[in-house]
Amino acid sequence: MKTFAYERATSPGSAVQSASSRGAKFLAGGTNLVDLMKYKVEEPPKLVDINHLDLAQVAKAQDGGVRIGALVRNSDLADHALIKTDYPLLSQALLSGASPQLRNMATTGGNVLQRTRCYYFTDVAFPSCNKRVPGSGCAAIKGYNRIHAILGQTDHGAASGETCIATHPSDMCVAMAALGATLEVEGPKGKRTIPFADFHKLPGKTPWIETSLGTGELITNISLPVAKFARNSHYLKIRDRNSYAFALLSVAAGLEMDGGTVRSAGLALGGVALKPWRQLDAEKALAGKQAGQETFQQAAEILLHGASGYEHNTFKIEMAKQAVVRALTLASQGRPEGASA
Amino acid sequence: MMQSTTAPKLVKQLGHRYEGIAKVTGKAKYAAEFSEPFPKSDLVYAYLVQSTIASGTIQSIDRSAADKAPGVLSILTPFNAPKLNPGPPQPPARRNLSLLQDFNVSYSGQPIALVVAKSLNEARAAASLLKVKYMPKAPQLDIKQRVAEARWPKNPGKEPAGNHRGDVAAGFAKSAVILENTYTTPIQHHNPMEPHATIAWWEGDKLTVYDSTQYITGVKTSLAKTLNVPVDYIHVINPVVGGGFGSKGSMWSHVPLCALAAKTTGKPVKLVLDREQMFGPVGARPSTINRIKLGASSDGKLLAMQHDVVMNASVMEDFVEHAEGPTKNLYNSETNSVTAKIVEVNLGISTFMRAPGEASGTAVLEIAMDELAEKLKMDPVQLRLANYAETDPSHDRPWTDKHLRDCYQKAGERFGWSKRSPMPRTISEGNAWIGYGMATATYPANRSAAQAVVRLLPAGRMFVGSGTQDLGTGTYTIMAQQAAAGLGLDPNNVEVKLGDSALPKAPVSGGSQSSASVLPAIDDATTQLKLKLVDLAIADAASPLHGLKSLDIEVRNGNLVNLNNASQADSLIDLIARNGNKPVEANGSAEPSNSKESMSSTSWGAVFVEVAVDKTTHMVKVRRVVATYDIGTLLNRKTGLNQLMGGVVWGVSFALHEDSKVDPVYGRIANESLAEYHVPVNADIGTIDVTVLDIPDLKFNPVGSRGIGEIGITGTAAAVANAIYNATGKRIREYPITPDKIMLA
Repeated sequence: MKTFAYERATSPGSAVQSASSRGAKFLAGGTNLVDLMKYKVEEPPKLVDINHLDLAQVAKAQDGGVRIGALVRNSDLADHALIKTDYPLLSQALLSGASPQLRNMATTGGNVLQRTRCYYFTDVAFPSCNKRVPGSGCAAIKGYNRIHAILGQTDHGAASGETCIATHPSDMCVAMAALGATLEVEGPKGKRTIPFADFHKLPGKTPWIETSLGTGELITNISLPVAKFARNSHYLKIRDRNSYAFALLSVAAGLEMDGGTVRSAGLALGGVALKPWRQLDAEKALAGKQAGQETFQQAAEILLHGASGYEHNTFKIEMAKQAVVRALTLASQGRPEGASA
Repeated sequence: MMQSTTAPKLVKQLGHRYEGIAKVTGKAKYAAEFSEPFPKSDLVYAYLVQSTIASGTIQSIDRSAADKAPGVLSILTPFNAPKLNPGPPQPPARRNLSLLQDFNVSYSGQPIALVVAKSLNEARAAASLLKVKYMPKAPQLDIKQRVAEARWPKNPGKEPAGNHRGDVAAGFAKSAVILENTYTTPIQHHNPMEPHATIAWWEGDKLTVYDSTQYITGVKTSLAKTLNVPVDYIHVINPVVGGGFGSKGSMWSHVPLCALAAKTTGKPVKLVLDREQMFGPVGARPSTINRIKLGASSDGKLLAMQHDVVMNASVMEDFVEHAEGPTKNLYNSETNSVTAKIVEVNLGISTFMRAPGEASGTAVLEIAMDELAEKLKMDPVQLRLANYAETDPSHDRPWTDKHLRDCYQKAGERFGWSKRSPMPRTISEGNAWIGYGMATATYPANRSAAQAVVRLLPAGRMFVGSGTQDLGTGTYTIMAQQAAAGLGLDPNNVEVKLGDSALPKAPVSGGSQSSASVLPAIDDATTQLKLKLVDLAIADAASPLHGLKSLDIEVRNGNLVNLNNASQADSLIDLIARNGNKPVEANGSAEPSNSKESMSSTSWGAVFVEVAVDKTTHMVKVRRVVATYDIGTLLNRKTGLNQLMGGVVWGVSFALHEDSKVDPVYGRIANESLAEYHVPVNADIGTIDVTVLDIPDLKFNPVGSRGIGEIGITGTAAAVANAIYNATGKRIREYPITPDKIMLA
């Protein structure tokens, strides 16, 4: 690990100020950043420790939604009464992620900012990764790409400086996307809010730019709108072992039901793109329809529209469709805990 | 000549793991945790630098920045490393080490330099400043496209790479049913919890090493040869091991490199491998491609078995995973033909791993047997019974003992095998298919020469020592028991020492042979000790046994007793006390009996598995494993059953999880961490019901015990695969069985 400066912030304002120097990073749970520093993927000259900021509350918001402090630990959030009652989809997603030890450390803000698990990103001995070394190409294209993207990726060939087929590894974010969360950030130019859907960037032409955060900007809170899916939601995760494994793919499905009819829906896929994959068209296709196999299949087709795979991950396209239908089915049955899936 | 088959000594089992409390309280010291007898402040740290190309040569290493980095004491590279003895080191395996003696790179991850600094962080930081310039060559990484290039191995190991009995072509010609398929197993890396770790320091010409190893004597002799140091000048210490699984059975490059660094710096040097460094320079199980063809009569008698294996081997060294092994002797077949060949690749050296040969071999053969049973419309257990090998078909000689039939029956009953439907997709529960599968487990019983020392101490206490190792499996515990049994003492009063090369020699803790080798040596030592104590009593005027004949005295419950008059006795406590509380010591040794040549010794088992496979996610849950083993005497109920259970978990791991993925361009292991290289977590394991027959095999050795270190993994993988087939109707012949493979089948 490279030596770095360490500062402990006492307020969001001072944190932002400390982090405004080039390359500085905020340190919260450290479950991802510190690993990447050991691997020399991240070499920040300065860490600004934000663990002592007063951002660890979960509170009912004035608009009837809920406001989650950026430093709320994943395990605390998953277990919070408000979340369990009103947003079981989020609780379920959180509990399907990582291990108890990691969830006890990892924070809400940090989870949003965790970086891809692409092998070619995390191992600096691979010479090509456009995220790690902009312009160096993408070793995953011709490599072992089973955990990689099928949607929203940029592929101009392995040698291109724009190519990136990495995925975002978070479970929590998939639920946040389906729930229509909003991030509150504070930066050198003041405070602003960012809709969750706009926060993570697809690789586009600049795969090394991952979020819409500016230099020194700090996530302070994440807000969820009034709960619509408390009764009918399901988080379905497919993985190679039953715990402590990243998703091959996952589905966050929330339905607002009116008898057997879907009034509105929130639907997002994880493990398939560099951000939680949400298509408003897929949600619209569900609204006003009778819940059932045919409706759900249609939504799945729309959500997966344009998907394309690689040597080792083409299976994800069909698997994702089946998973979407299953998650929507379980959600419509009102089994948020849905343990058998 | 056959060994005596008199009943073994009554052994009182320890109710707890001997070193358990020390481990859970943090008092047990692993190799990397020592900071004595040198001052702790003297200890410096080495970091291994590895190649980032898979094939080629090193042209230059620019060390200018690294040399100036804070804390750096020494940097060893191929350009400045001392010249070493090029000859091969000692058994158990001739390993081709990477000791900075030339500029060749044979795989990505090969050690190419060592940085020593005052702290680990400084060593790592400096290592990243080394600028290595290579002349790369295109590496060979694939074997699937190169099966036709496969060649016979130069160094087949314990058995020949080919074996033929009878005319298999004729056997197939007269078969009513023929089954032929290809089955593959992946590269796997051992990944014990404790990584490889070494501390080395010199006092003059003498070298002491704390090393996490399965074979202290092997490290000692290998170091002596490699460094050209008299073997008596080397002392290897290793009181506890945090798992080895075969990767610690050989001495790898980092150990002599650490010793070199200690010589160069004049300091004690610690070298611990990172988790990522466990994927390459310390061995792996090779991948295998198995072409299996079985021919049977319509009533299920095997008429021909053919098994041809092709596996990867490092360009540095041949190593054979004898996956074809079980096909030679697990069942009777009129004819039989097996071959094992290798294809060279630019990967690290392959080595023994968790039931080498039998794990992979049963994983593939036992799926083929399940398929054959289906074709024959026979119950899979019945097919195995129909081809039961009453004698060893590969050597045409008797077994020392075999009760496999009882294993099938007992485990089958406990499991409820009779409820199995032969038709797949019959039982559905919620959104899952439920399936049952079974397989046979087998692992040869090995035994090597071993020595031990025992001492009777004052106050009825005892000491036993042997230069063996405890991998966390119970060696301490069973040594205490065996020593105590020799004098009829309480095993709680025995002090055990192992893991120190100053103790009498014992073999590698591999091949499931430690208990079968070391306990007979202890048995012999206690017999010698008893004779000494008897002599002492006879000569002691104050002893009630004074003047008796030694043949008339035996030891019972800590007393020497006159066989002809039980009231005439001398307690061992009194005897030692009267002799100035001076301990009495005796050495013992034991070697494999002559029966090794005239009989075969193998452990057996039957494994039954129930799985649930989700219809949408295709995720597998192993709900139940029921297994019964015929392993001779069960030496300790707690540690023994625990070890078998651990083996079963590794079998589930083989079936569903472990898979080292080689990047097809760069030849690096892509998933080189425990987050991405999967082994089971608690959530993956349901109930495991393990039982043993506990029938002593006294023709094998005087304690009647065949080793249990590896048999648990065998059979289990295939039983899981067969259960998945029974659940889903999908036959996956490529391990590991992951959700995508089930969906696509």
